[in-house]
Amino acid sequence: MAKEVDVLILGGGPAGLTAGIYASRARLNTGLIENVVPGGQVAKTELIENYPGFDEGILGADLMERMLKQATRFGLQIHSEQVTGLDWKGAVKKIETDQDTYLAKAVIVATGSDSKQLNVPGEKEFKGNGVSTCATCDGPTSANMDVVVVGGGSSGVQESLFLTRFVRSIKLVEFMDRMNAEKILQDKARANPKFSFFLGHEVLSINGDSKIRSVTVRDRKTGEKKDLGAERVFVWIGMVPNTGFLKGHVRLSPAGYIITDEDLRTSVSGVFAAGDVREKGIRQISTAVGDGTIAAQSALHYIESFS
Amino acid sequence: MGQNLELNHDHFQKEVTESTLPVIVDFWASWCGPCRMMGPVIEEVARDYAGKAKVFKVNTENNAQLAGEYGVISIPTLIYFKNGKPVDQIIGAVPKSVITKKLDALLS
Repeated sequence: MAKEVDVLILGGGPAGLTAGIYASRARLNTGLIENVVPGGQVAKTELIENYPGFDEGILGADLMERMLKQATRFGLQIHSEQVTGLDWKGAVKKIETDQDTYLAKAVIVATGSDSKQLNVPGEKEFKGNGVSTCATCDGPTSANMDVVVVGGGSSGVQESLFLTRFVRSIKLVEFMDRMNAEKILQDKARANPKFSFFLGHEVLSINGDSKIRSVTVRDRKTGEKKDLGAERVFVWIGMVPNTGFLKGHVRLSPAGYIITDEDLRTSVSGVFAAGDVREKGIRQISTAVGDGTIAAQSALHYIESFS
Repeated sequence: MGQNLELNHDHFQKEVTESTLPVIVDFWASWCGPCRMMGPVIEEVARDYAGKAKVFKVNTENNAQLAGEYGVISIPTLIYFKNGKPVDQIIGAVPKSVITKKLDALLS
């Protein structure tokens, strides 16, 4: 038997959970499909300092635990399942998962994005065995190690600062000639003696045997190659949207993000998008929360227009 | 509220390596978001399999030595024990169905 719901949300990060809070609090029968565990990218982040309301900052895990509790308090049903098929042609939207079939009056896509990969030799081989995109997952077991961090954006530098609690040294490799991170983060990193910087360098390979031994980089100006000793490699070079399963179902930008109007309607009537998965300029927790709010309200209006 | 599944070094041998039932040990840490979000799932598995298998959590902050002994590099890591020996593992957060599938395989 298919499960009938008013609103089905895909993705359990801040956008999806916020949409869940608004929709279930509006007494809509609301389900949320999450393919791993709720929390999204935020749960991987150690400290959040720019989300309003938490004057001392809040741990990413704490923030998401609270959002999850708040959403389920209003009756949001969370299903830990994989989406396997979509049929969005009719008025009722059909979503198949590895365990169930859902029929929804409206759908909110909030599947977010995942860390981009370097695509260099050694990356796949050492994934989960020294190559990481999660400092809070792999930092504590990196005590007294030399590590390489790839990426000088805000994520890379913020997460590296967390790593300094554990590791012996951080060699930060950035493709561009300068770091792109917020100035406040750059200043903290430059003042920390554990950091050394390899700007204008690209990663060629991650090398080792049963574990990582080094990372080969190339100076993009001189062409000089260097082997940087490291036991762990953390990669923060940007994100890719989780929209592979949507190709052919909804209009996407060339980079794969979902195109919406300002009410967060997509190219398919009754399907809305919220958060990092959407084509937009700024991707922050606060903007994801704003998106979740708008998408839920738009879905509510859409459903009401039929009844 | 969650059950107390916490296990430390002192009881590890008795509860895990000398257990006659299959055991899942969840290596985690309080600041690890994916670990924390997995917490309720782990407790559910413990409830569902009560009497058939045992489920414990080891906080790697206080038990770094245990984590090292079992080669835990990335958390969360779930290690499955049968007859006291590690026989399977899962690295990273996964849905409940992935955890129970492996456990069912050990029980059959």
